[in-house]
Amino acid sequence: MKQILIVSGKGGTGKTSITASLASYFESLVLVDCDVDASDLYLILKPEVQQTFDFISGHTAHILQKDCTQCSMCLNVCKFDAVKVGNKGTLCIDAIDCEGCGVCIWMCPQKAIEFPESLCGQWFFSNTRHGPMVHAKLAIGAENSGKLVSEIRGYATKIAKNQKKDIILIDGPPGIGCPVIASLTGVDCVVVVTEPTLSAIHDMERIIALAKHFGISTYVCINKSDINEELTQTIKKRIKVLDVELVGEIPYDTAFTRAQVQKKSIVEYSNGKTTQCIEELAQKLMSKII
Amino acid sequence: MIIAVASGKGGTGKTTISTALAEALEKPVQLLDCDVEEPNAHIFFNTENETKENVYVKVPQIAKNSCTLCGRCAQICEFNALAVIKEQVMVFDELCHSCGGCKLVCPEKAISEVDMQIGKLKRSTTDGITLIQGELDVGRAMSPPVIRAVKKHIKSKIINIIDCPPGNACPLVTAVSNADYVILVTEDSLFGLNDLLISIDTIKKMNIPMGVIVNRCGISEKSITEHLRKKKIDILLEIPENIGIAKAYSNGGSILSVVPSLKNQLVQIIAEISRGVYEANTHR
Repeated sequence: MKQILIVSGKGGTGKTSITASLASYFESLVLVDCDVDASDLYLILKPEVQQTFDFISGHTAHILQKDCTQCSMCLNVCKFDAVKVGNKGTLCIDAIDCEGCGVCIWMCPQKAIEFPESLCGQWFFSNTRHGPMVHAKLAIGAENSGKLVSEIRGYATKIAKNQKKDIILIDGPPGIGCPVIASLTGVDCVVVVTEPTLSAIHDMERIIALAKHFGISTYVCINKSDINEELTQTIKKRIKVLDVELVGEIPYDTAFTRAQVQKKSIVEYSNGKTTQCIEELAQKLMSKII
Repeated sequence: MIIAVASGKGGTGKTTISTALAEALEKPVQLLDCDVEEPNAHIFFNTENETKENVYVKVPQIAKNSCTLCGRCAQICEFNALAVIKEQVMVFDELCHSCGGCKLVCPEKAISEVDMQIGKLKRSTTDGITLIQGELDVGRAMSPPVIRAVKKHIKSKIINIIDCPPGNACPLVTAVSNADYVILVTEDSLFGLNDLLISIDTIKKMNIPMGVIVNRCGISEKSITEHLRKKKIDILLEIPENIGIAKAYSNGGSILSVVPSLKNQLVQIIAEISRGVYEANTHR
């Protein structure tokens, strides 16, 4: 079983559209959407949810007003400015700012602070037309997105083993921080979807550096490659220097968004040149990982 | 005044709008690039006079000769950043959230806090626009401390524009907290709408007034603006799809060079927002 991760550094380069399209070409597949705070893959794949799980992670502090003497100890020890002074001088904790470190719980002389576990979201095991899918929804403004990514990836691996699936295809989050690191660890190959813009090239370099830091085989796919031919050449030269192979080149195509409206990937929607390019990308990836 | 420019989905035009605002508004103005995982605003400015400083977080250091291996530090740590193993206390810097709990509870005063570098701050000024950019070092997981370091440079007397990270998780919350107003930028697509609605819920929960700029209008057969109007969401501006904008952006060029009329529209939007912010502040 092999795990392929689609990332980009910069958002909006086409990770999800390409992941949804690739799903058509891999026969024995488990899909994972690791963009847990802005997940869109489900819009195309219309998963039928089989099982829902709560994602409980960490704790949030809460002051019991009846026991609080307003001594301000919590206010003084909180490094995250989560303790607020209310209009009548009462102290309360802003759940959004609370880091869940528990220092206030330890230091409160009245033991007036509770520390319940926090429900940080939900995740789902579903069926799609391309096979099983594991996806999630992080609670509004919640922390621990990296842990949620690890949790759903762990479950996807279990499913792939039980159902003897060959490939886990992962739609990754943008950026290079905690959820991206959690998406990267242990995958067999990373495909960086970039576009010929100075911003995307800058961001591609950082995500390639991160993938290399973890020693993972890294490939690049240039999306919207015809919006700036000169920069497309720049990308090709640059990745050669970085010793990263180009595995695909996809033109700018408004059919991507038109397909979205019909809840289809572009390869299910049109037989044009773009579809051909994605098929080639799929074949190339296949040859790389097997 | 602090105006945060955010969007759930990436690549909808946050940086395009943030940099255009900085360009359009009366100077001096500050642009704070809080997309510290992938900062891009600097591509649109001349940053020759850039100065750099490092961003550090505090992590514990144990003085072995005073440590009695009592284990209180490991007990208080919610993030498993400390563990008593055999004859020493191990510190896992990567897991530390810098809450300072271990130092507070150590009965032997054997713990001190030392600096660990996690990123950089770059600062430059061109034509009255001061750009302050945070940059998370590659391989580091936690971006909120770098975002907080950028936001320490906010100046209350001028307009501060915050270019936010994508998504709806803790980096976004850290970037928009304390903002007077949030401009949400979406693209006119299903993906854009889906992620915008999550962002709207997040900003609502934080009690910050907001409005939406719909970018790339017309890319989809079914526009999302109708849906937003039905939900009574404030639409500040609609920018039609224009390949010229994408081309200018690709080379680090401004949207205002392609659509000059946007300048006055942006100035007006901010004037209206600041009237609202001023009124809200006087009523407080």
